[in-house]
Amino acid sequence: MNDAIRKVVMPKWGLSMATGKITEWIAAEGDDVAGGADLAEIDTDKIAGTLESADEGVLRRVVAEVGEDVPVGATIALIAPPEVPDADIEEAARLARAELDSGEVEEAAGPETGTVTVDGRTLAYATLGAGEETLVLVHGYGGDKNSWLFVQEPLAESRTVHAFDLPGHGESSKDVGDGSLDTLAGAVLGFLAEKGIERAHLAGHSLGGAVVAAAAAAEPGRVASLTLVAPAGFGTEINAGYLRGFAEATSRRELRPHLGALFADSAQVTRKLADDLMKYKRLDGVDTALRTLLGTLLDGDAPGIDAAPLLAKAGVPVTVVWGREDEVLPVSNAGALPDPGAVRVVEGAGHMVHMEKPNAVVAAFE
Amino acid sequence: MARTISYREAINEALAQEMERDGSVIVMGEDNAGGAGGSGAEDAWGGVLGVTKGLYHRFPGRVLDTPISESAFVGAAIGAATRGMRPVAELMFIDFMGVCFDQIFNQAAKFRYMFGGKAQTPVVIRTMYGAGLRAAAQHSQALYPIFTHIPGLKVAVPSSPYEAKGLLIQSIRDNDPVIFCEHKALYDATGDVPEDSYTIPFGEANVVRDGDDVTVVAIGRMVSVAEEAAKALSSSGIEVEIVDPRTTSPLDTETILESVENTGRLVVVDEASPRCNLATDISALVAREAFGSLRAPVEMVTAPHTPVPFSDALEDLYIPDAQRVANAVKSVAEWKR
Amino acid sequence: MTDTLSTSVAHELDENALLQAYRTMRTIRAFEERVHEEFATGEIPGFVHLYAGEEASATGVCAHLDERDAIASTHRGHGHCIAKGVDVKAMMAEIYGKKTGSCQGKGGSMHIADLSKGMLGANGIVGGGPPLICGTALAAKQQGTGGVGVAFFGDGASNQGTTLESLNLASVWNLPAIFVAENNGYAEATASTWSVAADNIADRAAGFGMPGVIVDGFDFFAVYEAAGEAIRRAREGGGPTLIEVKFTRYFGHFEGDQQTYRAQEVAEARENLDCLKRFRSRVTETGRLEEADLTAVDTQVSDLIDAAVDEAKAAPKPTEADLATDVYVSY
Repeated sequence: MNDAIRKVVMPKWGLSMATGKITEWIAAEGDDVAGGADLAEIDTDKIAGTLESADEGVLRRVVAEVGEDVPVGATIALIAPPEVPDADIEEAARLARAELDSGEVEEAAGPETGTVTVDGRTLAYATLGAGEETLVLVHGYGGDKNSWLFVQEPLAESRTVHAFDLPGHGESSKDVGDGSLDTLAGAVLGFLAEKGIERAHLAGHSLGGAVVAAAAAAEPGRVASLTLVAPAGFGTEINAGYLRGFAEATSRRELRPHLGALFADSAQVTRKLADDLMKYKRLDGVDTALRTLLGTLLDGDAPGIDAAPLLAKAGVPVTVVWGREDEVLPVSNAGALPDPGAVRVVEGAGHMVHMEKPNAVVAAFE
Repeated sequence: MARTISYREAINEALAQEMERDGSVIVMGEDNAGGAGGSGAEDAWGGVLGVTKGLYHRFPGRVLDTPISESAFVGAAIGAATRGMRPVAELMFIDFMGVCFDQIFNQAAKFRYMFGGKAQTPVVIRTMYGAGLRAAAQHSQALYPIFTHIPGLKVAVPSSPYEAKGLLIQSIRDNDPVIFCEHKALYDATGDVPEDSYTIPFGEANVVRDGDDVTVVAIGRMVSVAEEAAKALSSSGIEVEIVDPRTTSPLDTETILESVENTGRLVVVDEASPRCNLATDISALVAREAFGSLRAPVEMVTAPHTPVPFSDALEDLYIPDAQRVANAVKSVAEWKR
Repeated sequence: MTDTLSTSVAHELDENALLQAYRTMRTIRAFEERVHEEFATGEIPGFVHLYAGEEASATGVCAHLDERDAIASTHRGHGHCIAKGVDVKAMMAEIYGKKTGSCQGKGGSMHIADLSKGMLGANGIVGGGPPLICGTALAAKQQGTGGVGVAFFGDGASNQGTTLESLNLASVWNLPAIFVAENNGYAEATASTWSVAADNIADRAAGFGMPGVIVDGFDFFAVYEAAGEAIRRAREGGGPTLIEVKFTRYFGHFEGDQQTYRAQEVAEARENLDCLKRFRSRVTETGRLEEADLTAVDTQVSDLIDAAVDEAKAAPKPTEADLATDVYVSY
């Protein structure tokens, strides 16, 4: 194949994703596409996402049609400079189509997964990339490492990116002990120690934001920078109803109405998303973990965490990203940050900024 | 950590995790250890299909081989359940219910009501059902509707490894008698299953696939048959919503009705014989509760009203397959008054 | 079937225990005779099977039992219930179908149970109990409580597969189980001499590798002794025993049974073999109890039964609100 032809492949957004379905081609054959340009809408069964171009050139050929179930790693389009001859494109497209039709697609290398033990708890993680700098992603309340699925891959292009499951979440031990911020921050620092990481950039979403701030406050020398996405622990606004509703829901039917608070676009709340969250909530120990952590997050109906002193103590560079339409931790909370003006407010995003507007979150790291 | 394991492994793991967690859980059945009193290994078999393999040495004294006396040992499991144990008895084939049914439906099922609400009988009877292994008429039936008919029994019919583990753990923790129906052709089916223990509540259907055109309610092994049909239909522009009730008693009528209210069309796929089965039950439910939403007659895809035949040529015709499901879906999708 | 009062057994029982045994037998008798009378008035619904005449069996066996132990009974279960300590007033209310009954009126005569007393229920299915008792015995064994399970069943059930399977299983698993075959001569209207293809039900024990004992069922002390030995052995890990208790029931199979299938045996038994008469004469002749003590018990029991019937009649019936409850613990 002509080396100038770049394949656009079905991305692997999360460990469990095996196939994806293209719901819309945003770019058309013949369009000039830049790096980071939107190419297609892809439905992963969990959540719909936008595939961005990793290459620059002309979208010469669309290989996979709208509605087609495509295995992860399969070529769905070809990008090449205008000068690449049509015949070469034709040949590459034929091979790609044959591969797709055969169903024998070599799955793209997914993240490397593993576990470490910290304070007697197993912590699960997924790692992508091999860059010199290390970034650790810490999810929020009730989330897991997969919540970073749209951003971990692009961030890993130039870094080693670990996403790990906090105690009580994902595939980590479900025991959260006292559920305090210190315990959770201890898990982050313990993870760094176990992985032999001397110094890392930390990013945290929501509760994870407060957790990484606490980790940085505890051991500032280990933390190169903090990126906080809709972090908990700032300001006075918190949607206690959502948090309690999430913790207490015992069925998809009870849970689903609460999930609307997570996204600006409520269409993001699919039955599958609710099902997956219920699967998580039904693991032994999760109920106790979530209820314990609720005690950390809430003080009555008010926030139970004050993270501002932690940032002051940490004294490391901080970047903050917030969704304009956040209904869990409203963006008005950003006023409590040391430099409210520097907060990157993302239009059209709710609390799950990194799922709804992954580009904006990725950009915060540049 | 979620990993891919088989339906058989999922059931074994559920048993092991619950035995680990709760000392009152015991396992019994014909050859469940396999080798009691013999001259070879004491745990030679682990059940006729190896489902309980490995538990015997891990849980000394808690995996019991039994004589071929289904009434006695199923009854013993029930009796033990009234005295603080949580026994899991294996009735090797569901067809053998005939030699122990009294203990199940006159004893276990009735205790709570008949004794004025003062009894609880947390027993699980695991049993293998279904056609497809050329096991012929007395080892292949899909008899879960008979148990479903009996007030006091709960009936789980897991369609996948994930369902098998979660429903079995729920069955063991449940304080009522549960008939746990494992399809013999699914034991080697694989799927993602968390390593952690988890439960799936009874009476909550799983929507296996979203679709707006036709609702297909499928039970047990028929779920994967329906999925195969749905895939084929999708390419011809018919989007099927598949509802797997997971338990036939209790039955999640709400999810079924919700789906039919959206699609207006229903096909029920049930491996059981056609009279008084889940297909007729669910059809009646929808006819009564969602009549106004229906835009076509309800279709049922079931086995014929015959014993299960032996010859592969006949058995393959007997079992509902994806083609029959697809045909039924098309007929309701294209139905015109 | 000789009069087998062994002095050692009689002496094992102190005065209180003797009085308690008498009270239990008298309570059963008075309960059953009263139900017989009341049934004739048409006020008691359904099927009722009376235990009168058989009192020594339930009493002699259950005298050895405590809260570790469970029993399963038959359709003729009132005696077993009383002997295992089920509340008599609640039993009577149950028979009347009242909300205050042992089973809130949902079980009736054939299903009186009290699991808190280790009474697994009278059972409408002939042969229903023995498998369950294998289970209660297994539970006791697993839990290491030293408890036993006792299955009472009739000569009819001795021909059921469930019973024979259970005898085998109890031996195979070496369970602390006691199988008490109450042979009252008739399964419904069919004589056990015809339906049981062995001279004695107890003879079948040999086929299941356990001891089989035949006991005069009219003799409390004989039952007490045989049961005591079996229960002691079971508690010590020695496995199951089959005890055949032979006697005659005083009433028909069910209330209303004209009993044309049998001739004089009831009158003769009542006159010459009756367990209460024999118990009474024995304990008074040996000076263990005074007539006055026994008569006082008679009066107390009579008052209790009167009160039980009065309260049962006055008690409310269950209502529509009760129809659909108690099917499941959760559903």
